[in-house]
Amino acid sequence: MTILGKLIRRKLSLFGLLVICGTVLAALLAPWITPYAPDYQPFEGLTIEGAPLPPNAQFWLGTDLLGRDLFSRLVYGAQTSLVIGVVANGVSVIIGSLVGIVAGFLRGAIGAILMRFTDLMMAFPALLLAIVLSAIFKPSLWIVALVIAMVNWVQVARIMYSETVSLSERDFVEAERSIGASRTRILLRHIAPHLLSSIIVFGTLGISTTVLLEATLSYLGVGVQPPTPSWGNIVFENQTWFATAPWLVFFPGMAILTLALAFNLVGDALREILDPTMKGRH
Amino acid sequence: MPAYLFRRILEAALILLGVSLVTYILLFLLPADPVRQIAGRSATAETVESIRRQLGLDLPFYEQYWRYLTSLLQGDLGRSYIQRSEVAELIAARLPASLLLMVAAICAELAMGLTMGIVSAVRRNSSTDQSLMVLSFVGVSAPQFVVGILLLYVFAYQLGWFPISGYGTFGHLVLPAMTLGFMGAGWYSRMMRSSMLNVLGQDFIRTARAKGLGKARILLRHTVPNALLPIIAMIGIDIGIFMSGIVVVESVFGWPGIGQLAWQAIQRVDIPIIMGVTLVAACAIVIGNLLADIVALFVDPRIKLK
Repeated sequence: MTILGKLIRRKLSLFGLLVICGTVLAALLAPWITPYAPDYQPFEGLTIEGAPLPPNAQFWLGTDLLGRDLFSRLVYGAQTSLVIGVVANGVSVIIGSLVGIVAGFLRGAIGAILMRFTDLMMAFPALLLAIVLSAIFKPSLWIVALVIAMVNWVQVARIMYSETVSLSERDFVEAERSIGASRTRILLRHIAPHLLSSIIVFGTLGISTTVLLEATLSYLGVGVQPPTPSWGNIVFENQTWFATAPWLVFFPGMAILTLALAFNLVGDALREILDPTMKGRH
Repeated sequence: MPAYLFRRILEAALILLGVSLVTYILLFLLPADPVRQIAGRSATAETVESIRRQLGLDLPFYEQYWRYLTSLLQGDLGRSYIQRSEVAELIAARLPASLLLMVAAICAELAMGLTMGIVSAVRRNSSTDQSLMVLSFVGVSAPQFVVGILLLYVFAYQLGWFPISGYGTFGHLVLPAMTLGFMGAGWYSRMMRSSMLNVLGQDFIRTARAKGLGKARILLRHTVPNALLPIIAMIGIDIGIFMSGIVVVESVFGWPGIGQLAWQAIQRVDIPIIMGVTLVAACAIVIGNLLADIVALFVDPRIKLK
C-alpha cells in the first residue's frame, strides 16, 4: 500500500498509472465503448473517391484505408498490446529469473553453461532473431508472445545472475551458512526476497520493451496478422497513405508511445522507491 | 593485459561459433524446403532427390553443419532462393550504406544525448532538468517506425527541408540518422546526467572551485571529460542495438543498406538472406562488445582484469 501511495504521489508515475489503468479498462470494455466492430466496414467510411476519412463527429479518429473506424480498431488493438505485453514479458521474466538465479546460486559447471548460453543469445540482434523465429512458427497472437519471450529473457537472466552472485557473497548469507542453514532455506528465505524488488522493477520496465517489440514486428508484417488489430499492424496496413492521411500513423503511434512511456515511468519510479541505496541521490 | 585481451578475443570467437550453430539449427527447423524451392513445383521425385544429394542435404546433421561452417569461414553465406545471387555479395554491396548510417546515428545520438545530459546535470532539479528527463523517457519509449514516419511527414512532406527517401547526399542522411539515434539519445542523456552528478560530487571538483576557477572552465575542463569516460565504452554496445534498428529505419526511408535487404527478404520469406544478415549482425554485436570492453580498459585503467 505504501508503494502504491508513493507511486500516486509522484506526478510522473501517477501519469503512468493512469495511462495503464485507462488502457486496461479500454481493453476490457472494448465491446461496450467502441461505436463499431473492429472489422466492420461501414458504407460511409470512405469518401466517394475511396479515400479514408479524417477525424470527424461520426468517426472520432477517422477511418482507415478499408473505411473501418480507427478509434474502434485502436481500442481492440489495446487488447493485443496488453495481452502480449503481459504474457510475453511474464514468460521472459520467469525464464530469465530461473536461469539467472540458478546460475548465480549454484555457480560451478551448471552456472557457467547457463551463462555462456545467455551470452550466446545476447549476441543475436533481438529484432532479427524474433523475425527468424516468427518465420519458423507461423505468427499468431500467442506465437508472437512466445517469440518475444524467447528473445527478451536474456537481459533479465544477466541482471538476476549478477544480483544473486553479489547477494550470496554478502555477510548475512555467510552467517546463515555458518550456522548450518540448508541451501534451500538460504535461497528461499534470504536471497529470493531480496531479488523480488528487482523482479518487480524489471518486470514493469520489460513490458515497455515488449510493447515496442510487438509493435515493430507487427509493423514489419511478421507480428500479429491482420485482421486482428494491433497498433503496429494498423501502421503497417496504412503507411502508404501517410502523406495524405497522417492520422492513420499518428494515432496508433501515439498509443504505442504513451503505453510504453507509462510502463517506463512507473518502472523507473518503482526502482527509486524499492531501492534503498537510491535515497538521497537525485 | 595481453592475456586479458587474448582471453576476450577467444571468448568472442567461441560465441561466434555458437552463433553459427544456433543459426544452423534454426535453418534446420524452418518448414520451407530449399530443395522444393529450387526444383520448382513440377519437378519429379528423382530430380528432387538428386538436388538434395548435390546440396548435401541427405547427410547427417553434424556433417551438414561442418560443411556449412567451413563454407562460412570462406565467406560463403549461401545463395538467395529468390534473387539467385550470392548472399555474401548482396550484403557486401549494401554494407557501406548501413555503416554510414550507423556512424551518422552515433553522431546524432551523442550530440542530442550528451547535450541534454550536461544541461540536466548543471541545472539539477530545476524544471529544465525535469522536462529534459521526461523527454529522455519519450526517446526510449518511442517506436522507431513512428518517429521515422512522423519526421518524414513534418520535415520532408510539409516543410520540404529534406528529400523523402533515397541515398546519396547529406540531406538524405539527416532524417534516418536522427530516427536511428533518437532512442540512444534518451539513454545517453540519462547516463550522462548521472555520470556528471557523480563527477560533480567528487573532491577534485571542490578543489577546482576552491582555487577560484571559472564555472565554464570547471565544467568543460574538469567535469565533462571525466563524465564522458564511462560513456565512451557504451558506443560499442550501441552497434548491437542499431543492428535491430536499421531494419526498421532503412525500410521507412528506403535506405539501401543491409536492413532494407533484410526487410525485403522478410516480405518474400527469403531465408538465406535473413540468416546472412543475422549472422553479420551477430558478428558486429560480438565485435562491438569486444571493442567496448577494450575501450573501457584504456579509458579507465582501474578496471579490474578479472
